[in-house]
Amino acid sequence: MNILEVYDLTKFYGNFKAVEGISFAVKEGEVFGLLGPNGAGKTTTINMLTGLAHPTSGRILYSGTDYTQDIKKAQHLMGIVPDESNLYPELTGFENLCFCGALYGLRKSERKSKAESLLEQFGLKDARDKKFAAYSKGMKRRLAIAAGIIHEPPILFLDEPTTGIDVASARQIRNILKDMNKKGTTIFLTTHYIEEAERLCDRVAFIVGGGIIKVDYVDELIHPVKDKNTLILSISGGAEGVEGRLSTILPDLKFKRLSNGEIRIESEHPFKTSHIIRILEEAGIDVVEAKRMRATLEDVFVTVTGIESHEMKKEKEKKEKEA
Amino acid sequence: MKDWIAFFAIFLKDIKTYYLKPPNISWGIMFPFAWAGMFFIRTGGNVMDVMSILPGVMSLSILFGTTSMLSVTITFEKKSKTFDRILLSPISLTLIMFAKTSGAILFGIANAFVPFFVAGFFVDLYYVHLSIVIPAIILISIASTFMGLFIATSVSEVFEAQTFSNFFRFPMIFLCGLFFPISKLPLFLKPLSYMMPLTYGVDILHGAINHSQAFPYTFDFAILFLFCAILFYISLYNIKRRWVL
Repeated sequence: MNILEVYDLTKFYGNFKAVEGISFAVKEGEVFGLLGPNGAGKTTTINMLTGLAHPTSGRILYSGTDYTQDIKKAQHLMGIVPDESNLYPELTGFENLCFCGALYGLRKSERKSKAESLLEQFGLKDARDKKFAAYSKGMKRRLAIAAGIIHEPPILFLDEPTTGIDVASARQIRNILKDMNKKGTTIFLTTHYIEEAERLCDRVAFIVGGGIIKVDYVDELIHPVKDKNTLILSISGGAEGVEGRLSTILPDLKFKRLSNGEIRIESEHPFKTSHIIRILEEAGIDVVEAKRMRATLEDVFVTVTGIESHEMKKEKEKKEKEA
Repeated sequence: MKDWIAFFAIFLKDIKTYYLKPPNISWGIMFPFAWAGMFFIRTGGNVMDVMSILPGVMSLSILFGTTSMLSVTITFEKKSKTFDRILLSPISLTLIMFAKTSGAILFGIANAFVPFFVAGFFVDLYYVHLSIVIPAIILISIASTFMGLFIATSVSEVFEAQTFSNFFRFPMIFLCGLFFPISKLPLFLKPLSYMMPLTYGVDILHGAINHSQAFPYTFDFAILFLFCAILFYISLYNIKRRWVL
């Protein structure tokens, strides 16, 4: 059964088209990822689905009921974790959770016991009485997730859940989300981390330029490319046009120069790395590193969208610096 | 019931985090003293003048207390995105805004009673109509708070909220009959006076304290109530238009 259905959803800000005609459905109990670069329309989409933005046109259905005209009536069904940890800096972790519980109508004793158990579950028990302002970024994000689920919503929305936090915290958050999903919470997340989408999501939608260009199960998306042989070569020096020369010598292989100077080599059939390295060295080009890649969602994303993962990573780093 | 749990959570959170902070309590006490002292000195220390300046000092205390607090706190919460968390909760926008303004309304009422009680040490307040003063203070506080809400929903930055507040507040000091009767204002300024909610609130207080109002109470109360409704609905409209994009 679909917990969320979106039909032809469009959002214009003045003349700027943020999202245009997107349609997808989220099944009950799955982890659904909206994957795309910054500015693709992920946050606008999540804002429309949660009630922070009015769609210009289209329909939004929760559990089969159309809430497009009044999303507020569906807000009790959702937990929301925005990309910025928007809890109150002057309140403690415990007070923040109790406050969020109260916003969803939980009685005092209920919200207190839930806050205590969530602090324990999210490894924040020691920081219970610490002001939110004094939390680290990872702790803030964990508390924000705890605040999003204190009323036990059937669906949890997360906007870039691991952006700007350290690796250990990100891993911890992914584990928390997996646990929650196992317990039955449907998770809708937006991310521009391809690896994260691959690790967490059952299904993903690729969103680029305000439009969804592909929606499918992660396994199904990877299946056509899983037998693909991919090699990434790091070479020293500019070596302009080297991929063209290699294509002439090895026409069965696909060569692509990546934005960071590396060369990506793909083939439907196995090929020998040493042969390519020898050709390059004979041409006076040093190969610094050669990496055999297994087929990943990244390959699919690059193939489908034409956007290199390096560009996404650059954006990620930029966003992290800003954060 | 669930809505009221949320209402009281927002209200109590604001009271705790903003209005009961020591600087705000001291503001609430010091501000009316400063105004009262200024006019007391200006009038040559005549004790009887306390009665004539009391409506103005009470109104000013409410006006500055409510607009300063609400416009800044809401703008700050919107800027830090904490306000979005409340907007995303399953309670109506109207109830959210009532909850957000209730703390400021109470703060305004408390501010108004500081000069009132202090005045009691200097003059006999026996002839003051408390049954009129109390609802008037409540309504002035609501109107001023909603003005603060209107300011908060019309700006984006905290500093804009402060400057925009002054754009309304300072003319009110001179135009609303707080300390200078409107009848003595130049003719071209009088229409402006009648366009400001505080004019009607101060008129009620002058009537209840000094028995010298310009309009009937029912008229003043009705106009003040109308201002409250208009300011509140403009603010709601602003939020829907500017914050829920």
